[in-house]
Amino acid sequence: MSYAELTEKYFRPGRLPHIWCPGCGHGITTGAIIKAIDGLGLDKNDVAVVSGIGCSSRASGYLDFNTVHSAHGRALPVATGVKLANPELNVIVCTGDGDCTAIGGNHLIHAARRNINVTVVLFNNNIYGMTGGQYSPMTPTGSKASTAPYRTIEQPFNITDLVQAAGATFVARGTTFHTAQLVDLIKKGIQHDGFSFIEVVSACPTSFGRANKCGSPGDMMKWQRDHAVMKLAWDKMDAEKQAEAKAAGKFPIGVLFETNAIKEYTKAYDEVIAIAQGGKK
Amino acid sequence: MSRILLLQGNQAVVEGAIAAGCRFFGGYPITPSTEVAELLAEKLPQVGGKFIQMEDEIASIGACIGASLAGKKAMTATSGPGFSLKQELLGLACASEIPLVLVNVQRVGPSTGQPTSPSQGDVMQARWGTHGDHWIIALAPTTVPECFTLTQRAYELSEKYRVPVIMLMDEVVGHMRERIDLPDSYEDIAQPMRKQPTCAPEEFKAYATDESLVPAMPAFGSGYRWHVTGLVHDETGFPKGTGAATVAQTDRQYHKIYDNLEDIVEVEEYKLDDAEFAIIAFGGAARTAYDAIDAARAEGLKVGMLRCITVWPFPEQQVKTLASKVQGIMVHELNRGQYVTEVERVVAGVCPVTLFGKYDNEPATPEEMLAEIKKAMGK
Repeated sequence: MSYAELTEKYFRPGRLPHIWCPGCGHGITTGAIIKAIDGLGLDKNDVAVVSGIGCSSRASGYLDFNTVHSAHGRALPVATGVKLANPELNVIVCTGDGDCTAIGGNHLIHAARRNINVTVVLFNNNIYGMTGGQYSPMTPTGSKASTAPYRTIEQPFNITDLVQAAGATFVARGTTFHTAQLVDLIKKGIQHDGFSFIEVVSACPTSFGRANKCGSPGDMMKWQRDHAVMKLAWDKMDAEKQAEAKAAGKFPIGVLFETNAIKEYTKAYDEVIAIAQGGKK
Repeated sequence: MSRILLLQGNQAVVEGAIAAGCRFFGGYPITPSTEVAELLAEKLPQVGGKFIQMEDEIASIGACIGASLAGKKAMTATSGPGFSLKQELLGLACASEIPLVLVNVQRVGPSTGQPTSPSQGDVMQARWGTHGDHWIIALAPTTVPECFTLTQRAYELSEKYRVPVIMLMDEVVGHMRERIDLPDSYEDIAQPMRKQPTCAPEEFKAYATDESLVPAMPAFGSGYRWHVTGLVHDETGFPKGTGAATVAQTDRQYHKIYDNLEDIVEVEEYKLDDAEFAIIAFGGAARTAYDAIDAARAEGLKVGMLRCITVWPFPEQQVKTLASKVQGIMVHELNRGQYVTEVERVVAGVCPVTLFGKYDNEPATPEEMLAEIKKAMGK
């Protein structure tokens, strides 16, 4: 299906143009989500997209599904309620690095721990874009931001390691440069029966790029190309090589972790219902 | 047939919720409301419902919002500190008109305060706790049987008007045990449900309304796809940045409640027919007044009570009428004077208004109240 046809089918009439700046990666990420949904052949009525607040979270309003633009950081609690109340729905969370890892950080680790079948797409542009470029928990150390005029002194999260440690059963990372792979990762995440998390390395040329002299939006895409390493290649490196790569700002992309050993939350709850209705404790 | 039981108010709330068709609870442990969560954890799966203990108070109301969007009647329960935390998403529920019932068993505050002592210090927070202009309903039960009936009423109002309804309990009522007659089966109990659209899905506008001013609310997954946002939106449900949109949303949400006060506002009049002096009270604090009034009348003092069952919207008309009939009003509340300010505003000097506020961890005794009545009456 062409982009025009995808737009016609999955974007709400009259809602475009979107609010994102020229060169922003969020359009590519949103496009990857609808391509994944289209590729899986999901009925639009069976998809719920829940977002928080911020640039990325505007995606929900453009998409022709059951959608919630909730409150800052709160997409996952709302998504949890939707999924538990109606497990038939495919629930996708669109969230940003500030929304998901700062104000919504507690919800993130607990949703991961429960292994509820929700797919989180983290639009990571390393900055609070909508409010004008303040540093987030995903801003690299030593970056400039409007609230870090002398550069940031905080360590960013390794968010994929964090959600894996918290109990996520599908963890992946992609970029807005590697679009075909990104579609595939989101597809796999939606298909996974459990909590799935896809970090999308995106770019904010306006609020992060300018302050940090990253060049044009094209240059920021090239940065993604030059720093992302396919998981297979990454795994072939020995520890020393990996450390060198990390020091050079490189990172693995692909499916980083996957297990089917943990029961999905709503299915586990169905067993609770069966026990309760059987009159046993 | 009925079951005669000795239940706590919190337990009766649970029975009322199950009877009203509540099938989802998102909660977080907090004294003195925890029994509501504990009992629903047991009872909801028995009726095919879902219970989840969330990571915090904010998440628990967030899960209720999600469940309500998916078509379930939802409940969350908390107390003071948790009520403060829930204000954020209570605002989202008001803004986007999502039905849910929030039980707040009040304790002494602010902050951690006195976790197991009664208070009615959240009465203004119940009205104005979340930011911005918003309209909300709060009900205050006085007895254990009323916890059962008012919880059902809370669902009726929440579904009918698409508004969060607060069960504004206090520790007195939440933890007190009283006799209650419950029906053997809840099958015959009315199960009011939000209005459903009559148009085809492709013609559906999420916030278009008829004269009721309450939009229809199809469940996620029903085939009607719509957008929910805390941003100001127009009848399509999508964000609209104009002043006119803000005025339209604010006014409609006001009128859908305030044009229906006759339906929403409920009060009890106790011995008011010939009363020369009136007490205004609500919730657990009102319990003291029955005995105090009887004692006053035994001494020849014509005292009665207006008990606000609906605390918000404020029973404005009822209080105005009362003020024109009596020589004085005494507001009794378990705080240092909150609801009294609303009474004073409405009475507007027509008769004297005094406060008997109690905030020492204990409800008033009838003797204490009788003394306050005499003082206020100049007897």
